[in-house]
Amino acid sequence: MSALLEVEGLTRHFAVTNSAGNSIGTVHAVTDVSFKIGAGETLGLIGESGCGKSTVSKMVVRLVEPTRGAVVLEGEDINKVSFSRMKMLRKRVQMVFQDPFGSLDPRQAAEDIIAEPLLVHGMRSKSERRARVVELMERVGLRADQMRNTPAAFSGGQRQRIAIARALALNPALIVADEPVSALDVSIQAQVVNLMVDIQKELGLSYLFVSHDLGVIRHISDRVAVMYLGRIVEIGRTSDLFANPGHPYTRTLMDALPKPNPARRLSKKRVPRGEIPSPLNPPTGCAFHPRCPLATDVCRQQLPALRPLAGGTQGACHHAA
Amino acid sequence: MADIPAAAPRRFRRTHNVYLWFGSSLLGFFIFLAIFGPMLAPYDPTEQDLFALLEGPSATHWLGTDNIGRDIFSRILAGTGYTVSIALSSVLLAGIGGVALGSVAGYFGGKVDRVLSGIIDLLLTVPNIVLAIAIASVAGSSAMGLTIAITASFIPPLARLVRSKVIELKEEDFVAASVTIGMSHWRILLHHVLPNALTVIIIELSLNAGQAVLIGSALGFLGLGVQPPAPEWGTMLGASREFLTVAPHLIMAPGIAISLLVLAFNTFGDGLRDFFDPNLEK
Repeated sequence: MSALLEVEGLTRHFAVTNSAGNSIGTVHAVTDVSFKIGAGETLGLIGESGCGKSTVSKMVVRLVEPTRGAVVLEGEDINKVSFSRMKMLRKRVQMVFQDPFGSLDPRQAAEDIIAEPLLVHGMRSKSERRARVVELMERVGLRADQMRNTPAAFSGGQRQRIAIARALALNPALIVADEPVSALDVSIQAQVVNLMVDIQKELGLSYLFVSHDLGVIRHISDRVAVMYLGRIVEIGRTSDLFANPGHPYTRTLMDALPKPNPARRLSKKRVPRGEIPSPLNPPTGCAFHPRCPLATDVCRQQLPALRPLAGGTQGACHHAA
Repeated sequence: MADIPAAAPRRFRRTHNVYLWFGSSLLGFFIFLAIFGPMLAPYDPTEQDLFALLEGPSATHWLGTDNIGRDIFSRILAGTGYTVSIALSSVLLAGIGGVALGSVAGYFGGKVDRVLSGIIDLLLTVPNIVLAIAIASVAGSSAMGLTIAITASFIPPLARLVRSKVIELKEEDFVAASVTIGMSHWRILLHHVLPNALTVIIIELSLNAGQAVLIGSALGFLGLGVQPPAPEWGTMLGASREFLTVAPHLIMAPGIAISLLVLAFNTFGDGLRDFFDPNLEK
């Protein structure tokens, strides 16, 4: 499988400064994250809030520059290309944001929002742009006669459809979707996820789909990466990961999924102890050790590397089988 | 669904915006006078009638005459143009300067911001009337000098306002979305950031206009404004000071005219604010 996107050792640290501008620490937002996304594939990225999944997605679209590591899109490192080449590469990877109320300029009509990428990339003819907007709006399930309305006239779900249409305008190979449905009503979430699945089937594009919702991730992803405190702790095929989670953190996440069988409700539930540690001062060794039921001395001292686990996934744990 | 109950009071406030109606009518009246005042004036504003010095209001001279027998009503009418045009042009120029400085500092940040903000902060420490006096004494006592002085005193606070609004807006996802589609930063600033800051800028400028009238009049009063015999209101106020005890009506006419014009600009500004942002509680 030739990878469309290769992320290698991606790291982003933010310096924290006091009011005098002196450094008082470093936030380890993302540390040494590597993964690949093939053509037509969906990688789900899951984790609690603050685990660095949004920072990863922002680095993939170069909204945030990595401290170390590389984002290689179709063979080119996006952080090393020229300004004009970057503009070309931006056509290949587009983003859908979490909040459809914030990601659309409130002063623009839907048509202008969707047509903007076309305009920026040199489609001069207004009639050509309009034809493309009509096509895109119909593709995402919006009525083209609403194209002159501003975002205020649309519901949250409709706005997210506008955002998806804008992302599709340039025929990207990859769409980075950062929690695209978590701001929507539950009843609307499924519609938008299914729309994204349909679009993928039709156009063969790839997704990096970030979410904290296990159900959504399971539905849409071919493979899943689980992040904890800035690192990937487990990655593997969706079916393997959900059937045989290897890493203790993944297992606690799975336990948090509601079970349809009420008789099992009171069965032993592994809830992680305590809170997520601060990324300002991450624990030594395995970052999960203060909360982990399996933790031993080696976990406190040595950082576990990703290795194949029995369930078919790769996990970063000293003790998982 | 939620839009319907919210829409009704919004429309109500928009059409029943007393401030806006009152402010724009009064302002319209002053602008009319600024343009046609000199033509409507019953006398030449500089013509002296040495047989009618310091007369009180009468049928021949509605607002009386000054110390050298000039008709005050005619002078007020003819002077409207000075004050209104100084206020409007200084606000326009300050708008251009303040928006340019503030938006570049706020959007690009970093070193550019530190340098520009340093200059802005430095200028903000000088009270604007003092700054205006300093500039007026350098630029000369004329309508042009007055405009430059007022403009200069408005740029720093406006630049700071625009800067903070731009900093707020550039964190919005629609700006990030514009970056990911490949838009240049200048284009994002002009097409997405500034249009969304426009409301704040327009409201601030309309309120500044009232302030401009006051500063302009104060400088005229101090002798740093438009020079006599031109009938500028502040200059008229300054000239009538000597006759305050014998002819108090001299100071009333320009004083009331200035107050009404300031009132017009301020209510217009308040009205605009209510119009653009009906949810803002006073």
